[in-house]
Amino acid sequence: MKKYTVTGQKDTRSGFGEGLLEAGRKNPNVVALCADLIGSLKMDAFVKEFPERFFQTGIAEANMIGIAAGLTIGGKIPFTGTFANFSTGRVYDQIRQSVAYSNKNVKICASHAGLTLGEDGATHQILEDIGLMKGLPNMTVINTCDFNQTKAATIAIADHEGPVYLRFGRPKVPVFIPEDQKFIIGKALLLNEGKDVTIFATGHLVWKAIEAGEILAEKGIDAEIITSIPLNLWMFSPY
Amino acid sequence: MFFLSNGHLSAVWYSVLARSGYFDVKELATFRKLNTRLQGHPATAEGLPGIRIASGSLGQGLSVAIGAALAKKLNGDKSIIYSLHGDGELEEGQNWEAAMFAAAKKVDTIIATVDYNGKQIDGPVDEVMSLGNLKAKWEAFGWLVLEMNGNNIADILSVMTKAKEMTGKEKPIVILMKTEMGFGVDFMMGTHKWHGNAPNDEQTEKALAQLEETLGDY
Repeated sequence: MKKYTVTGQKDTRSGFGEGLLEAGRKNPNVVALCADLIGSLKMDAFVKEFPERFFQTGIAEANMIGIAAGLTIGGKIPFTGTFANFSTGRVYDQIRQSVAYSNKNVKICASHAGLTLGEDGATHQILEDIGLMKGLPNMTVINTCDFNQTKAATIAIADHEGPVYLRFGRPKVPVFIPEDQKFIIGKALLLNEGKDVTIFATGHLVWKAIEAGEILAEKGIDAEIITSIPLNLWMFSPY
Repeated sequence: MFFLSNGHLSAVWYSVLARSGYFDVKELATFRKLNTRLQGHPATAEGLPGIRIASGSLGQGLSVAIGAALAKKLNGDKSIIYSLHGDGELEEGQNWEAAMFAAAKKVDTIIATVDYNGKQIDGPVDEVMSLGNLKAKWEAFGWLVLEMNGNNIADILSVMTKAKEMTGKEKPIVILMKTEMGFGVDFMMGTHKWHGNAPNDEQTEKALAQLEETLGDY
Protein backbone atom coordinates (compact mmCIF):
# COMPACT_ATOMS: atom_id res chain seq x y z
CA MET A 1 0.00 0.00 0.00
CA LYS A 2 1.46 3.30 -1.12
CA LYS A 3 2.27 5.58 1.77
CA TYR A 4 0.45 8.91 1.85
CA THR A 5 1.61 11.63 4.19
CA VAL A 6 -0.91 13.95 5.75
CA THR A 7 0.58 17.43 5.60
CA GLY A 8 -2.25 19.18 7.37
CA GLN A 9 -5.98 19.33 8.18
CA LYS A 10 -7.73 21.93 6.04
CA ASP A 11 -11.23 22.53 4.76
CA THR A 12 -11.62 22.06 1.03
CA ARG A 13 -13.71 25.26 0.81
CA SER A 14 -10.58 27.20 1.81
CA GLY A 15 -8.83 25.59 -1.15
CA PHE A 16 -11.59 27.07 -3.31
CA GLY A 17 -11.10 30.49 -1.73
CA GLU A 18 -7.36 30.50 -2.41
CA GLY A 19 -7.85 29.06 -5.88
CA LEU A 20 -10.43 31.73 -6.72
CA LEU A 21 -8.07 34.51 -5.66
CA GLU A 22 -5.26 33.07 -7.76
CA ALA A 23 -7.56 32.54 -10.76
CA GLY A 24 -8.68 36.14 -10.38
CA ARG A 25 -5.11 37.38 -10.34
CA LYS A 26 -4.23 35.30 -13.41
CA ASN A 27 -7.23 36.30 -15.51
CA PRO A 28 -8.96 39.72 -15.35
CA ASN A 29 -12.12 38.21 -16.83
CA VAL A 30 -12.68 36.04 -13.75
CA VAL A 31 -15.55 37.49 -11.73
CA ALA A 32 -17.39 36.14 -8.69
CA LEU A 33 -20.90 36.16 -7.27
CA CYS A 34 -22.24 35.15 -3.88
CA ALA A 35 -25.66 34.85 -2.24
CA ASP A 36 -24.97 36.22 1.26
CA LEU A 37 -22.35 33.59 2.18
CA ILE A 38 -18.99 35.23 1.46
CA GLY A 39 -17.40 34.07 4.70
CA SER A 40 -18.68 30.52 4.47
CA LEU A 41 -17.44 30.23 0.88
CA LYS A 42 -14.07 31.76 1.81
CA MET A 43 -14.49 34.35 -0.92
CA ASP A 44 -13.38 37.25 1.35
CA ALA A 45 -9.91 37.53 -0.15
CA PHE A 46 -11.27 37.78 -3.70
CA VAL A 47 -13.89 40.34 -2.65
CA LYS A 48 -11.24 42.44 -0.93
CA GLU A 49 -8.81 42.42 -3.85
CA PHE A 50 -11.31 42.69 -6.70
CA PRO A 51 -14.37 44.53 -5.36
CA GLU A 52 -15.43 45.73 -8.80
CA ARG A 53 -15.39 42.14 -10.06
CA PHE A 54 -17.59 40.81 -7.28
CA PHE A 55 -21.40 40.81 -7.24
CA GLN A 56 -23.39 40.22 -4.07
CA THR A 57 -26.91 39.10 -4.93
CA GLY A 58 -28.21 38.58 -1.43
CA ILE A 59 -30.36 35.50 -0.76
CA ALA A 60 -31.47 35.16 -4.39
CA GLU A 61 -29.77 32.18 -5.95
CA ALA A 62 -31.95 31.96 -9.06
CA ASN A 63 -31.07 35.55 -9.90
CA MET A 64 -27.41 34.79 -9.18
CA ILE A 65 -27.33 31.95 -11.72
CA GLY A 66 -29.06 34.06 -14.36
CA ILE A 67 -26.71 37.00 -13.82
CA ALA A 68 -23.74 34.63 -14.09
CA ALA A 69 -25.06 33.36 -17.43
CA GLY A 70 -25.46 36.92 -18.67
CA LEU A 71 -21.95 37.87 -17.56
CA THR A 72 -20.48 35.19 -19.83
CA ILE A 73 -22.05 36.91 -22.82
CA GLY A 74 -19.70 39.81 -22.15
CA GLY A 75 -16.70 37.46 -22.01
CA LYS A 76 -16.52 37.15 -18.24
CA ILE A 77 -15.77 33.91 -16.38
CA PRO A 78 -18.18 33.92 -13.42
CA PHE A 79 -17.67 31.78 -10.30
CA THR A 80 -20.85 31.53 -8.22
CA GLY A 81 -20.68 30.62 -4.54
CA THR A 82 -23.25 29.24 -2.12
CA PHE A 83 -24.03 25.98 -0.33
CA ALA A 84 -24.34 22.87 -2.50
CA ASN A 85 -28.07 22.42 -1.87
CA PHE A 86 -28.77 26.04 -2.87
CA SER A 87 -26.36 25.72 -5.80
CA THR A 88 -28.24 22.85 -7.40
CA GLY A 89 -31.60 21.65 -6.14
CA ARG A 90 -32.89 25.12 -5.53
CA VAL A 91 -31.92 26.47 -8.95
CA TYR A 92 -31.98 23.37 -11.12
CA ASP A 93 -34.13 24.85 -13.89
CA GLN A 94 -32.09 28.05 -13.97
CA ILE A 95 -28.91 25.99 -14.41
CA ARG A 96 -30.61 23.69 -16.91
CA GLN A 97 -31.88 26.43 -19.23
CA SER A 98 -29.65 29.47 -18.71
CA VAL A 99 -26.35 27.67 -18.11
CA ALA A 100 -26.14 24.03 -19.17
CA TYR A 101 -28.34 23.90 -22.26
CA SER A 102 -27.19 27.36 -23.32
CA ASN A 103 -23.59 26.21 -22.76
CA LYS A 104 -22.58 29.27 -20.78
CA ASN A 105 -19.10 29.43 -19.21
CA VAL A 106 -20.33 29.57 -15.61
CA LYS A 107 -18.45 27.86 -12.75
CA ILE A 108 -20.96 26.84 -10.09
CA CYS A 109 -18.92 26.43 -6.92
CA ALA A 110 -20.70 24.65 -4.13
CA SER A 111 -19.62 24.40 -0.51
CA HIS A 112 -20.92 22.48 2.51
CA ALA A 113 -21.76 19.49 0.32
CA GLY A 114 -22.78 16.13 1.69
CA LEU A 115 -23.16 14.56 5.12
CA THR A 116 -19.86 16.03 6.32
CA LEU A 117 -21.74 19.28 6.75
CA GLY A 118 -22.85 17.81 10.04
CA GLU A 119 -24.77 19.79 12.61
CA ASP A 120 -26.85 21.93 10.21
CA GLY A 121 -28.86 18.80 9.50
CA ALA A 122 -30.56 17.15 6.56
CA THR A 123 -32.04 20.20 4.87
CA HIS A 124 -28.49 21.33 4.13
CA GLN A 125 -26.80 17.94 3.65
CA ILE A 126 -27.28 17.42 -0.06
CA LEU A 127 -26.28 14.12 -1.66
CA GLU A 128 -28.35 14.42 -4.82
CA ASP A 129 -26.36 17.33 -6.24
CA ILE A 130 -23.85 15.18 -8.14
CA GLY A 131 -26.63 13.21 -9.80
CA LEU A 132 -28.54 16.37 -10.67
CA MET A 133 -25.56 18.03 -12.32
CA LYS A 134 -24.30 14.89 -14.09
CA GLY A 135 -27.48 14.65 -16.12
CA LEU A 136 -27.20 18.14 -17.62
CA PRO A 137 -25.72 18.61 -21.09
CA ASN A 138 -22.34 20.38 -21.29
CA MET A 139 -21.86 20.23 -17.51
CA THR A 140 -18.53 19.07 -16.09
CA VAL A 141 -18.84 17.81 -12.51
CA ILE A 142 -15.85 17.89 -10.14
CA ASN A 143 -15.82 16.60 -6.54
CA THR A 144 -12.39 17.21 -5.01
CA CYS A 145 -10.77 15.24 -2.20
CA ASP A 146 -8.55 17.67 -0.31
CA PHE A 147 -7.48 21.31 0.06
CA ASN A 148 -4.70 21.14 -2.52
CA GLN A 149 -6.79 19.42 -5.15
CA THR A 150 -9.64 21.86 -4.63
CA LYS A 151 -7.34 24.83 -5.08
CA ALA A 152 -5.80 23.31 -8.22
CA ALA A 153 -9.23 22.45 -9.63
CA THR A 154 -10.55 25.97 -9.04
CA ILE A 155 -7.63 27.37 -11.01
CA ALA A 156 -7.99 24.76 -13.76
CA ILE A 157 -11.70 25.32 -14.43
CA ALA A 158 -11.10 29.00 -15.21
CA ASP A 159 -9.30 27.82 -18.34
CA HIS A 160 -11.96 25.26 -19.27
CA GLU A 161 -14.54 26.30 -21.85
CA GLY A 162 -18.00 25.36 -20.64
CA PRO A 163 -20.13 25.14 -17.51
CA VAL A 164 -18.68 23.44 -14.43
CA TYR A 165 -20.08 22.23 -11.11
CA LEU A 166 -17.31 22.22 -8.50
CA ARG A 167 -18.24 20.63 -5.19
CA PHE A 168 -16.38 20.82 -1.86
CA GLY A 169 -17.04 20.77 1.87
CA ARG A 170 -17.12 22.49 5.21
CA PRO A 171 -15.02 20.41 7.63
CA LYS A 172 -11.24 20.19 7.96
CA VAL A 173 -10.00 17.04 6.28
CA PRO A 174 -6.53 15.54 5.67
CA VAL A 175 -4.31 17.21 3.09
CA PHE A 176 -2.45 14.55 1.12
CA ILE A 177 -2.39 15.51 -2.57
CA PRO A 178 0.90 17.27 -3.46
CA GLU A 179 0.60 21.05 -3.44
CA ASP A 180 2.06 21.44 -6.92
CA GLN A 181 -0.04 18.72 -8.54
CA LYS A 182 -1.96 20.23 -11.45
CA PHE A 183 -5.62 19.30 -11.71
CA ILE A 184 -6.57 17.70 -15.01
CA ILE A 185 -10.30 17.72 -15.66
CA GLY A 186 -11.67 14.23 -16.28
CA LYS A 187 -8.53 12.41 -15.17
CA ALA A 188 -8.91 9.91 -12.38
CA LEU A 189 -6.01 9.37 -9.96
CA LEU A 190 -4.65 5.86 -9.40
CA LEU A 191 -3.76 6.24 -5.72
CA ASN A 192 -2.69 2.66 -5.14
CA GLU A 193 -2.06 -0.31 -7.42
CA GLY A 194 -3.63 -3.53 -6.21
CA LYS A 195 -4.91 -6.86 -7.46
CA ASP A 196 -7.50 -8.13 -4.99
CA VAL A 197 -10.20 -5.45 -4.90
CA THR A 198 -10.84 -2.02 -6.45
CA ILE A 199 -12.12 0.86 -4.39
CA PHE A 200 -13.49 3.90 -6.24
CA ALA A 201 -13.90 6.98 -4.06
CA THR A 202 -14.72 10.63 -4.54
CA GLY A 203 -14.49 13.79 -2.45
CA HIS A 204 -13.88 13.51 1.27
CA LEU A 205 -14.21 9.73 1.07
CA VAL A 206 -10.97 9.39 -0.91
CA TRP A 207 -8.93 9.68 2.28
CA LYS A 208 -11.23 7.12 3.92
CA ALA A 209 -10.51 4.80 0.98
CA ILE A 210 -6.78 5.18 1.63
CA GLU A 211 -7.33 4.42 5.31
CA ALA A 212 -9.38 1.37 4.29
CA GLY A 213 -6.57 0.31 1.94
CA GLU A 214 -4.12 0.43 4.85
CA ILE A 215 -6.36 -1.73 7.02
CA LEU A 216 -6.84 -4.19 4.16
CA ALA A 217 -3.08 -4.33 3.52
CA GLU A 218 -2.56 -5.33 7.15
CA LYS A 219 -4.97 -8.18 6.53
CA GLY A 220 -3.08 -9.22 3.40
CA ILE A 221 -5.62 -7.80 0.95
CA ASP A 222 -4.22 -5.74 -1.92
CA ALA A 223 -6.62 -2.88 -2.72
CA GLU A 224 -6.50 -0.84 -5.90
CA ILE A 225 -7.68 2.71 -5.05
CA ILE A 226 -8.90 5.09 -7.74
CA THR A 227 -10.58 8.49 -7.47
CA SER A 228 -13.86 8.26 -9.33
CA ILE A 229 -14.87 11.03 -11.67
CA PRO A 230 -18.57 11.93 -11.80
CA LEU A 231 -19.07 11.32 -15.50
CA ASN A 232 -21.48 13.47 -17.44
CA LEU A 233 -24.26 11.20 -18.68
CA TRP A 234 -24.16 12.91 -22.08
CA MET A 235 -20.58 11.87 -22.79
CA PHE A 236 -21.91 8.92 -24.75
CA SER A 237 -24.31 11.02 -26.83
CA PRO A 238 -23.66 11.88 -30.47
CA TYR A 239 -23.72 15.63 -29.76
CA MET B 1 -28.37 43.66 -27.10
CA PHE B 2 -31.79 42.05 -26.72
CA PHE B 3 -33.03 39.17 -24.58
CA LEU B 4 -36.37 37.48 -25.12
CA SER B 5 -37.43 36.25 -21.70
CA ASN B 6 -40.91 35.02 -22.69
CA GLY B 7 -39.50 32.48 -25.11
CA HIS B 8 -42.93 31.33 -26.25
CA LEU B 9 -42.90 34.44 -28.49
CA SER B 10 -40.36 32.53 -30.57
CA ALA B 11 -42.42 32.73 -33.77
CA VAL B 12 -42.33 36.53 -33.67
CA TRP B 13 -38.67 36.55 -32.64
CA TYR B 14 -37.60 34.23 -35.44
CA SER B 15 -39.60 36.29 -37.97
CA VAL B 16 -37.89 39.48 -36.88
CA LEU B 17 -34.44 37.86 -36.92
CA ALA B 18 -34.98 36.38 -40.38
CA ARG B 19 -36.28 39.62 -41.84
CA SER B 20 -33.37 41.48 -40.22
CA GLY B 21 -31.02 39.21 -42.15
CA TYR B 22 -29.82 36.82 -39.46
CA PHE B 23 -30.92 33.80 -41.50
CA ASP B 24 -32.96 32.98 -44.60
CA VAL B 25 -36.67 33.79 -44.41
CA LYS B 26 -37.38 30.43 -46.04
CA GLU B 27 -36.08 28.68 -42.92
CA LEU B 28 -39.12 29.99 -41.02
CA ALA B 29 -41.16 27.20 -42.62
CA THR B 30 -39.20 24.66 -40.51
CA PHE B 31 -40.53 26.13 -37.24
CA ARG B 32 -41.22 23.42 -34.62
CA LYS B 33 -40.48 20.63 -37.11
CA LEU B 34 -38.06 17.74 -36.55
CA ASN B 35 -34.39 18.68 -37.15
CA THR B 36 -35.24 22.37 -37.26
CA ARG B 37 -32.94 25.08 -35.90
CA LEU B 38 -36.13 26.92 -34.96
CA GLN B 39 -37.22 25.08 -31.83
CA GLY B 40 -40.59 25.87 -30.30
CA HIS B 41 -38.73 27.98 -27.75
CA PRO B 42 -35.41 29.66 -28.58
CA ALA B 43 -32.28 27.62 -27.93
CA THR B 44 -28.59 28.18 -28.60
CA ALA B 45 -27.76 24.53 -29.22
CA GLU B 46 -28.56 24.60 -32.95
CA GLY B 47 -26.32 27.60 -33.59
CA LEU B 48 -29.18 29.74 -34.89
CA PRO B 49 -27.76 33.26 -35.41
CA GLY B 50 -29.20 35.90 -33.12
CA ILE B 51 -30.04 33.64 -30.16
CA ARG B 52 -27.76 34.25 -27.18
CA ILE B 53 -29.51 32.19 -24.53
CA ALA B 54 -32.26 29.61 -24.32
CA SER B 55 -35.59 30.77 -22.96
CA GLY B 56 -39.01 29.28 -22.52
CA SER B 57 -39.03 28.44 -18.85
CA LEU B 58 -40.18 31.81 -17.60
CA GLY B 59 -38.74 34.40 -15.28
CA GLN B 60 -35.07 33.96 -16.13
CA GLY B 61 -34.41 36.58 -18.81
CA LEU B 62 -34.20 39.68 -16.61
CA SER B 63 -31.39 38.12 -14.56
CA VAL B 64 -29.51 37.27 -17.75
CA ALA B 65 -30.02 40.77 -19.12
CA ILE B 66 -28.63 42.22 -15.89
CA GLY B 67 -25.57 39.97 -16.13
CA ALA B 68 -24.94 41.13 -19.68
CA ALA B 69 -25.30 44.75 -18.56
CA LEU B 70 -22.80 44.22 -15.72
CA ALA B 71 -20.30 42.69 -18.15
CA LYS B 72 -20.68 45.62 -20.52
CA LYS B 73 -20.03 48.01 -17.65
CA LEU B 74 -16.83 46.16 -16.74
CA ASN B 75 -15.81 46.32 -20.39
CA GLY B 76 -16.44 50.09 -20.52
CA ASP B 77 -19.32 49.58 -22.96
CA LYS B 78 -22.27 51.91 -22.36
CA SER B 79 -24.67 50.37 -24.87
CA ILE B 80 -28.19 49.53 -23.74
CA ILE B 81 -29.58 46.09 -22.96
CA TYR B 82 -33.22 45.45 -23.92
CA SER B 83 -35.41 42.65 -22.66
CA LEU B 84 -38.98 41.54 -23.29
CA HIS B 85 -41.18 39.82 -20.72
CA GLY B 86 -44.71 38.52 -20.53
CA ASP B 87 -47.13 39.96 -17.98
CA GLY B 88 -48.14 36.49 -16.79
CA GLU B 89 -44.43 35.75 -16.67
CA LEU B 90 -44.07 38.36 -13.91
CA GLU B 91 -45.81 35.93 -11.59
CA GLU B 92 -42.47 34.07 -11.44
CA GLY B 93 -40.53 35.16 -8.35
CA GLN B 94 -37.12 35.31 -10.00
CA ASN B 95 -38.22 38.40 -11.92
CA TRP B 96 -38.53 40.25 -8.64
CA GLU B 97 -35.17 39.03 -7.37
CA ALA B 98 -33.73 40.54 -10.54
CA ALA B 99 -35.78 43.73 -10.21
CA MET B 100 -34.58 44.27 -6.64
CA PHE B 101 -30.99 43.70 -7.68
CA ALA B 102 -31.10 46.07 -10.64
CA ALA B 103 -32.40 48.93 -8.55
CA ALA B 104 -30.22 48.25 -5.51
CA LYS B 105 -27.06 47.99 -7.61
CA LYS B 106 -28.06 50.85 -9.95
CA VAL B 107 -27.98 48.84 -13.15
CA ASP B 108 -29.09 51.75 -15.30
CA THR B 109 -28.36 50.55 -18.83
CA ILE B 110 -31.38 48.24 -18.99
CA ILE B 111 -34.73 48.86 -20.67
CA ALA B 112 -37.10 45.99 -19.85
CA THR B 113 -40.45 45.84 -21.66
CA VAL B 114 -43.53 44.00 -20.45
CA ASP B 115 -45.96 42.69 -23.04
CA TYR B 116 -48.94 43.91 -21.02
CA ASN B 117 -51.77 42.11 -22.83
CA GLY B 118 -53.62 41.04 -19.70
CA LYS B 119 -53.89 37.44 -20.80
CA GLN B 120 -52.33 34.16 -19.84
CA ILE B 121 -53.14 30.53 -20.65
CA ASP B 122 -55.86 29.91 -18.09
CA GLY B 123 -57.62 33.21 -18.74
CA PRO B 124 -57.26 36.93 -18.04
CA VAL B 125 -54.34 37.68 -15.76
CA ASP B 126 -56.71 39.53 -13.42
CA GLU B 127 -58.69 36.34 -12.87
CA VAL B 128 -55.82 33.82 -12.83
CA MET B 129 -53.31 35.66 -10.63
CA SER B 130 -53.76 39.41 -10.59
CA LEU B 131 -50.58 41.46 -10.74
CA GLY B 132 -52.39 44.30 -8.98
CA ASN B 133 -51.02 47.75 -9.69
CA LEU B 134 -48.07 46.75 -11.84
CA LYS B 135 -46.81 50.30 -12.31
CA ALA B 136 -46.76 50.84 -8.56
CA LYS B 137 -44.97 47.55 -8.03
CA TRP B 138 -42.12 48.41 -10.38
CA GLU B 139 -41.86 51.90 -8.89
CA ALA B 140 -41.78 50.42 -5.40
CA PHE B 141 -38.92 48.21 -6.55
CA GLY B 142 -37.02 51.32 -7.58
CA TRP B 143 -37.55 51.32 -11.35
CA LEU B 144 -38.55 54.16 -13.65
CA VAL B 145 -41.79 53.18 -15.38
CA LEU B 146 -42.97 54.27 -18.82
CA GLU B 147 -46.17 53.28 -20.58
CA MET B 148 -46.58 52.59 -24.25
CA ASN B 149 -49.26 51.54 -26.74
CA GLY B 150 -47.74 48.40 -28.23
CA ASN B 151 -50.17 48.36 -31.13
CA ASN B 152 -49.10 51.79 -32.37
CA ILE B 153 -45.69 52.06 -34.00
CA ALA B 154 -45.51 55.83 -33.65
CA ASP B 155 -46.07 55.55 -29.90
CA ILE B 156 -43.50 52.78 -29.63
CA LEU B 157 -40.84 54.84 -31.36
CA SER B 158 -41.61 57.89 -29.27
CA VAL B 159 -41.55 56.07 -25.92
CA MET B 160 -38.47 54.00 -26.78
CA THR B 161 -36.61 57.19 -27.68
CA LYS B 162 -37.61 58.70 -24.34
CA ALA B 163 -36.55 55.53 -22.52
CA LYS B 164 -33.11 55.60 -24.11
CA GLU B 165 -32.64 59.17 -22.93
CA MET B 166 -33.48 58.08 -19.39
CA THR B 167 -30.73 55.46 -19.17
CA GLY B 168 -27.53 56.16 -17.26
CA LYS B 169 -29.34 57.93 -14.44
CA GLU B 170 -28.84 55.27 -11.75
CA LYS B 171 -32.28 53.67 -12.16
CA PRO B 172 -33.31 50.79 -14.40
CA ILE B 173 -36.21 51.38 -16.76
CA VAL B 174 -39.30 49.30 -17.50
CA ILE B 175 -41.89 49.97 -20.18
CA LEU B 176 -45.40 48.65 -19.64
CA MET B 177 -46.43 48.02 -23.22
CA LYS B 178 -50.21 47.75 -23.49
CA THR B 179 -51.08 45.38 -26.29
CA GLU B 180 -54.17 43.59 -27.43
CA MET B 181 -53.79 40.04 -28.66
CA GLY B 182 -54.88 39.58 -32.24
CA PHE B 183 -55.05 43.33 -32.77
CA GLY B 184 -56.32 44.22 -36.24
CA VAL B 185 -57.93 40.86 -37.00
CA ASP B 186 -61.63 40.97 -36.19
CA PHE B 187 -62.09 37.31 -35.27
CA MET B 188 -58.95 37.22 -33.14
CA MET B 189 -59.44 40.33 -31.05
CA GLY B 190 -61.35 40.29 -27.78
CA THR B 191 -61.36 36.53 -27.33
CA HIS B 192 -59.14 34.12 -25.49
CA LYS B 193 -59.30 31.28 -28.00
CA TRP B 194 -56.30 32.32 -30.09
CA HIS B 195 -53.80 32.30 -27.25
CA GLY B 196 -51.60 29.41 -28.32
CA ASN B 197 -53.88 28.32 -31.12
CA ALA B 198 -52.59 28.46 -34.71
CA PRO B 199 -54.92 29.51 -37.56
CA ASN B 200 -55.41 27.10 -40.47
CA ASP B 201 -54.67 28.17 -44.07
CA GLU B 202 -58.13 29.66 -44.63
CA GLN B 203 -58.10 31.59 -41.37
CA THR B 204 -54.55 32.79 -42.06
CA GLU B 205 -55.58 34.14 -45.45
CA LYS B 206 -58.58 35.94 -43.94
CA ALA B 207 -56.45 37.40 -41.14
CA LEU B 208 -53.69 38.67 -43.39
CA ALA B 209 -56.23 40.27 -45.68
CA GLN B 210 -57.40 42.45 -42.79
CA LEU B 211 -53.98 43.87 -41.96
CA GLU B 212 -52.67 46.93 -43.73
CA GLU B 213 -49.19 45.52 -43.93
CA THR B 214 -48.78 41.87 -44.62
CA LEU B 215 -45.57 40.40 -45.81
CA GLY B 216 -46.98 37.33 -47.56
CA ASP B 217 -43.61 35.96 -48.57
CA TYR B 218 -44.02 32.36 -47.51
